[in-house]
Amino acid sequence: MKNLFKLLSIIILIFASNSYSFAAEKVEYLKTDWSFKGLFGKFDRASLQRGYQVYTEVCASCHSMKYLSYRNLAEPGGPEFSEAQAKAIAASFEVTDGPNSDGEMFTRPGKLSDKFVMPYDNVKAAQAANGGAYPPDMSVLVKARGGGVDYIYSLLQGYEEAPSNVSLDDGVYYNKYMYGNKIRMAAPLSDGLVEYGDGTNATVEQMSKDVTTFLMWSAEPHLEARHQMGFKAIVYLIILTVLVYFSMKKIWSRVESEV
Amino acid sequence: MSDHDYRPKSKVGQWFNDRLPLLTLANHLTDYPTPKNLNYWWTFGGILTFCLITQIITGLTLAMHYIAHADMAFESVEHIMRDVNYGWLIRYIHANGASMFFLAVYIHIFRSLFYGSYKAPREIIWIIGIIIYLLMMAAAFMGYVLPWGQMSFWGATVITNLFSAIPFVGEGIVTWLWGGYSVDNPTLTRFFTLHYLIPFLILGLVVLHIWALHVPGNNNPVGIDVKKPSKDTVPFHPYIVIKDGFALLMFMIVFAFFVFYAPNILGHADNYIEANPMVTPAHIVPEWYLLPFYAILRSVPDKLLGVVAMLSAILILAVLPWLDTSKIRSAVFRPLYKQFYWILVADVLILGYVGAMPAEGLYLLIARVATAYYFLHFLVILPVLGFKEKTLPVPLSITEPVLGGSTNLAAARNKESKIE
Repeated sequence: MKNLFKLLSIIILIFASNSYSFAAEKVEYLKTDWSFKGLFGKFDRASLQRGYQVYTEVCASCHSMKYLSYRNLAEPGGPEFSEAQAKAIAASFEVTDGPNSDGEMFTRPGKLSDKFVMPYDNVKAAQAANGGAYPPDMSVLVKARGGGVDYIYSLLQGYEEAPSNVSLDDGVYYNKYMYGNKIRMAAPLSDGLVEYGDGTNATVEQMSKDVTTFLMWSAEPHLEARHQMGFKAIVYLIILTVLVYFSMKKIWSRVESEV
Repeated sequence: MSDHDYRPKSKVGQWFNDRLPLLTLANHLTDYPTPKNLNYWWTFGGILTFCLITQIITGLTLAMHYIAHADMAFESVEHIMRDVNYGWLIRYIHANGASMFFLAVYIHIFRSLFYGSYKAPREIIWIIGIIIYLLMMAAAFMGYVLPWGQMSFWGATVITNLFSAIPFVGEGIVTWLWGGYSVDNPTLTRFFTLHYLIPFLILGLVVLHIWALHVPGNNNPVGIDVKKPSKDTVPFHPYIVIKDGFALLMFMIVFAFFVFYAPNILGHADNYIEANPMVTPAHIVPEWYLLPFYAILRSVPDKLLGVVAMLSAILILAVLPWLDTSKIRSAVFRPLYKQFYWILVADVLILGYVGAMPAEGLYLLIARVATAYYFLHFLVILPVLGFKEKTLPVPLSITEPVLGGSTNLAAARNKESKIE
C-alpha cells in the first residue's frame, strides 16, 4: 500500500508539473461563480436562456454558431426552451433551402432540424464586413481559448481607454484581457442593451455571465450528462476497487508475502 | 515448465488440444510462475494492455462516425461530440486514453530502468518494447492530426518538415509524405489510414513482447534469477490477476477523473480552432508526452543534427542492455546507480517542462544542459558505473528478504553474495 501512495503522488506530480497552460499570461481574469463547475456542476437554466437572448440579439449579428441546431435549444441539459418555444425561435429565421422541383433555391421559415443561420455566407464575406477580421464561430469558442470561460467573461468586460503609450489604428480597440491588448471587436455590451424577459437587470456583468454560460453549453452540450455519469462511474469504481482489494488480501494470505 | 505435461480432462478438450494446443496455452498463461515479490510498478504491463484494447475499441467506434477529409474532419468530430449517442464519452476516452497510455508506458519504462529489466536474458523483450513505444508515438502523433484543428495542422507541418533535414532527398521525402506541396487532404487521409493500422501492429508486437517475457519469466525487485516454479513464485492466476486488477481499477479512477471532469486539460485549446493554413499559432507544441523529445530537438541549433539528436534519444534506449555494463540488475543493490537514476528522471521531467516553453533565453540553456546530460547518462555514466560501482550484496533468493518482512533487505546484506 505504501508503494501505491508513492505511485499516486507521482502521478499527481507529473500532471501538476504538466498543467501547462500557455495562454496563462500574467493577467488575472475576473472571477465569478460558475454553476457548471465542480463534481455536480449544472447549468443555470435561466442564465442559459438569457445567454441565448444576448447571443441572438447581440453576438449573432457577426458571430456564427454553425454546429448548433435549433432543436438543441429544447434538448435536456441545455437552455431547455419548450419545444413550442424552440419551434418559434427557429421559425423566426429565414432559411435558404432547395433546389425545389423547378431547380430554384427558395427561402422558408426555419425548422428545429436546421442549423443556426449564419450571419454571413462565408468567411470572406464576414471579413469584408468587419474590416478584414473574421469574427470566430462561437460553437466551441470557450474550448478554443486558453482561459476558457473566465477569459471570455473577462474579455467582455475588459474594454478600457488605451494607455497613452498605446496607439490604436482605426477600428481597433483596447482590451486589457485580449492577447496583445488589441481587439478588432468594439465593446459589444453596454448596460441595458437587451431587455431580459424575466426582469433580470441587464448589466454588462450580468450579460457577460449569461452569454458565457451559454457559450459553455454550446461548446459542451453534454456537460451535465458527463458530470452525472462521471460521479456514478467513479463511485462504482471506488466500491469495486475496495472489494477487489479485500479479495486480493484474502487470496494473497495463502502465501507468506506482502501485497 | 510444467505446462508441457498439461492434458485437458475432457475427451473433446483432448481431441481439440491435440490439433490446436490452445488449452495448453491457456494453462500456461494461468499457471505461469511469477515472482511473488513483484511490487505495484509491475502492474503497468497489464494496465498498458488495457489501454491498448480501450484505444482500439473506442477508436473503431470513432472511425464509424469520423470523416477523413480536410473540409469535414473538424465538423465530423463536432458531430461525434454533439449528435452521436455517447459520442462525447467515446471521444474523450480515446483522447485522454492516449495520455493515460503514455503515462503508463513511461512508468513501465522507468520501472524497467530502475530494476534493470532490460538486461540479459531480457534484451529482446526490451527492444520489442522500444519498437512498440516508437509506434505508439507515431500513432499518437497521427491521431492528434485527425481532428484537423490548428494544432493538428501545424503539428503535422512541423513534424513532417523534420524529414526535410535529410540531405539531398529530404525535400522530396516531405512532398512524398504530404502527397502534395503542403499538409492537406492527402496528408490527412494517409494519416488516418496509418493511425488505423498502427494499433494492430502494436497488438502483434505486444503478443511478441509477452511471448518473449514468458521465456525467461519476469524480472523482480531483487533482480535475481528465480527458480520456476518454486517457493519464490506464485501462479499468475489468481495471484497476479487479482493484483493487476486492483492496480488497474486504481488507474481507471484517475482515468475516469480526466474523462469526466477535466477532459480537455491535457489537450491544447488551439485544437478547437479549425485548421487554417493561413494562420500560424503563437506556440506550436506537441502533446505533453512528446515534450522531452521536442526539447531535445530544439536544443540543437542545426536542424539535421537536432533531428538526429531527437531520434538518437529514443534509439539509444534500444542498445541500453549493452551500454549498462553492470552485472547487477536491481538498483536496490546499486547505491550509485540509484542516485543517477533519479537524476535521469528529474532530467527527463525538466526536458518535458522546457519543451513546453518557448525555445529562448534561460529555457533554451536549460534544455541544452538537460539534453547533454541525457546522453551523458547513457553513453558515459552507465558504462563506467558498471566497472566502478561498489554494489551491495545480493540475496540468494527472493524468499530471504520476503520472509525477513521488509524489502530494504537489511538482513540480506549480511549474507554472502554469489556475485561479489
